[in-house]
Amino acid sequence: MDEVKTKNSPNVPLQGAGGKDHAELAAEFNIDEKRVDWHDETLWWIRQKRDKNVHQLPEWELLRETASQIKFNVLSNLSSYLEQFEKNAIANGVVVHWAKDAAEHNQIVHGLLQKHGVSKMVKSKSMLTEECHLNEYLAEHGIEVIDSDLGERIVQLAKEPPSHIVLPCIHKKKEEIGDLFHMYLGTPSNVADPQFLTEAARQHLREIFLTRKAALTGVNFAVAETGEFVVCTNEGNADMGAHLAEVHIASMGMEKIIPKREHLGVFLRLLTRSATGQPITTYSSHFKKPRAGKEMHIVIVDNGRSTQLGREDFRNSLKCIRCGACMNTCPVYRRSGGHSYHTAVAGPIGSILSPNLDMKKYADLPFASTLCGSCSNVCPVKIDIHDQLYKWRQVLVKEGYVATGKKISMQVMAKTLASPALYHLAGKAGRLTLKFAPFAVNNKLNPWYKNREMPEPPKQSFGEWYKQNRQS
Amino acid sequence: MTVGLFIPCYVDQFYPNAAIATLQLLEKLGVNVVYPMNQTCCGQPMANSGFEHLTHGCNELFIKNFSEFDYIVAPSGSCVLHVREHLHDENQEAKAESTRHKVWELTSFLTDVLKVEHLEARFPHKVGVHQSCHGQRGLKLSQMSELVAPGFSKPGSLLNMVKDIELIPLNRVDECCGFGGTFCVAEEAVSAKMGKDRVADHVSHGAEYITGVDMSCLMHMEGILKRQGSDVKVLHIAEILNSTP
Repeated sequence: MDEVKTKNSPNVPLQGAGGKDHAELAAEFNIDEKRVDWHDETLWWIRQKRDKNVHQLPEWELLRETASQIKFNVLSNLSSYLEQFEKNAIANGVVVHWAKDAAEHNQIVHGLLQKHGVSKMVKSKSMLTEECHLNEYLAEHGIEVIDSDLGERIVQLAKEPPSHIVLPCIHKKKEEIGDLFHMYLGTPSNVADPQFLTEAARQHLREIFLTRKAALTGVNFAVAETGEFVVCTNEGNADMGAHLAEVHIASMGMEKIIPKREHLGVFLRLLTRSATGQPITTYSSHFKKPRAGKEMHIVIVDNGRSTQLGREDFRNSLKCIRCGACMNTCPVYRRSGGHSYHTAVAGPIGSILSPNLDMKKYADLPFASTLCGSCSNVCPVKIDIHDQLYKWRQVLVKEGYVATGKKISMQVMAKTLASPALYHLAGKAGRLTLKFAPFAVNNKLNPWYKNREMPEPPKQSFGEWYKQNRQS
Repeated sequence: MTVGLFIPCYVDQFYPNAAIATLQLLEKLGVNVVYPMNQTCCGQPMANSGFEHLTHGCNELFIKNFSEFDYIVAPSGSCVLHVREHLHDENQEAKAESTRHKVWELTSFLTDVLKVEHLEARFPHKVGVHQSCHGQRGLKLSQMSELVAPGFSKPGSLLNMVKDIELIPLNRVDECCGFGGTFCVAEEAVSAKMGKDRVADHVSHGAEYITGVDMSCLMHMEGILKRQGSDVKVLHIAEILNSTP
């Protein structure tokens, strides 16, 4: 891992997306304020739908607690549940593969496609394959992947990564989608009617479903006691792909296990209410065994998950069921857009998962938060997201992924604030020159002032007033 | 009962009126209040930036200043939350722990410890209440819109005791203002946009004043209001609760 190679690097961390960090990418996103308003309102509308829906269930908080406890049990006994799942899946006639990282996952999938002479594959939504960069890998090996989830297909046509784990093209306006479809699917120009565009996509995808020999899906839940797995979609695209293909490959993160089928009664109620404010996904499809003469494969992927499992403070981030509720509620995500996080899983949850994969690359993400805590409150499995953001900040600074200037100014500030004499001196000077403000540390050009006035300096501090009015 | 008055550094330096109102309010309610002159800062600015390991000096000083009081009260949810969660001292951890447990945010101290049910205050204005996140979600001063649970509000119950005050509704009852400590400069664009949006919610509902339990959020919103040339003002909740009848 990069972590070892770059440990204690004294330099500013180098971020992704052209070397720009979250703050820079967010600043670019904010150039068009009207668009930020639109993005914010769109996601807030989903948060409100979620609120409306969950407030109909008096047992909502109990459901969250139950789900959290089930996942706690899973994480505490992960290896035995995985072995149980593998044993049952094999007994069902499924081939189980284990991948220690993204590269191994991609090789396994490629190997299966090669074995069957497949050069075109259809894929339903899988954030794991985004995490592994499977599409790019297969393209390099001459295999074409068509994403069949409508939102994913749209960003694929736009040659962009998804900006949201549940709503991949939430950053695109319907007019922009109309333009993309006009360019790639031959729809008339300037048509932005969602129903018309969806129908066009259906017709286009139908042909893909009918002609692809291999289909890849993700896995929402893998049931240890039965060896089956459940895939949740609203469009039925996973079913269309998997049922028509000769080979069905399911890529699953190793934390996707639930012990029993009955636990679906908890998780399926939580998942879509949290995600989009629907009572349940349109399709919750159970896959247990291949049809006669066909093949079903499951690739169980670690890719840093066992490392995260070993980090006590961050372990329960693996409870995540990828509902995206933390993104919809996050006031920062809504105003910076998913791409500003330069990682497959954006938003608050991505900001606690990504540093585990690469501390240097993602050192900026735990700081892309006000620690407001709304994410932890909507999380259906009660991950303490904002507390983990705080803890990642401590880890990243200790490991050296911090700018030298910031480090020095923090040391100066710590020294000043630890000494009443220095503090009073700095305060006096500060109120005269407006230079001292603990919140505005390390700012060469004073970014505060760009959009905000500084507080008006009072004649005396409270301390000075107290001395005059209560001690004399 | 002797209360140690803990005034956050930026309130001491920039908003002495909020601190004076806190002191006078507590005195009016018959509390013996002492302000230790050698206090500085709780250390949160460093800790939230990832430098909690540099807060030892602040922690030691805080314990020295405050450990002997029956209660420690501050007009800030954020600083109180920081002390409650992160005040440690390996050389005197027992003392650190007891200090942690004695620290109270002003409004919850009034409702839960003093059990205030009546206030002699009048504030004939339209007021928007900003729910500061650390007070609300951290200290649970009021119910959070994300949860399916009965509503309550400690600051709200106190404001309802103020004569002639009109509390205005908001579209988003508990969205963050975007201050976030060093976030306000490190992520300037998003921070300022969040502040503008929060202010707009209050202004569009006719607020003459925006109040809350944390001066830091109010300072952020004040900065935006002033830049916009708005007449809307910010006031710490202590200043409203301490207003003359």
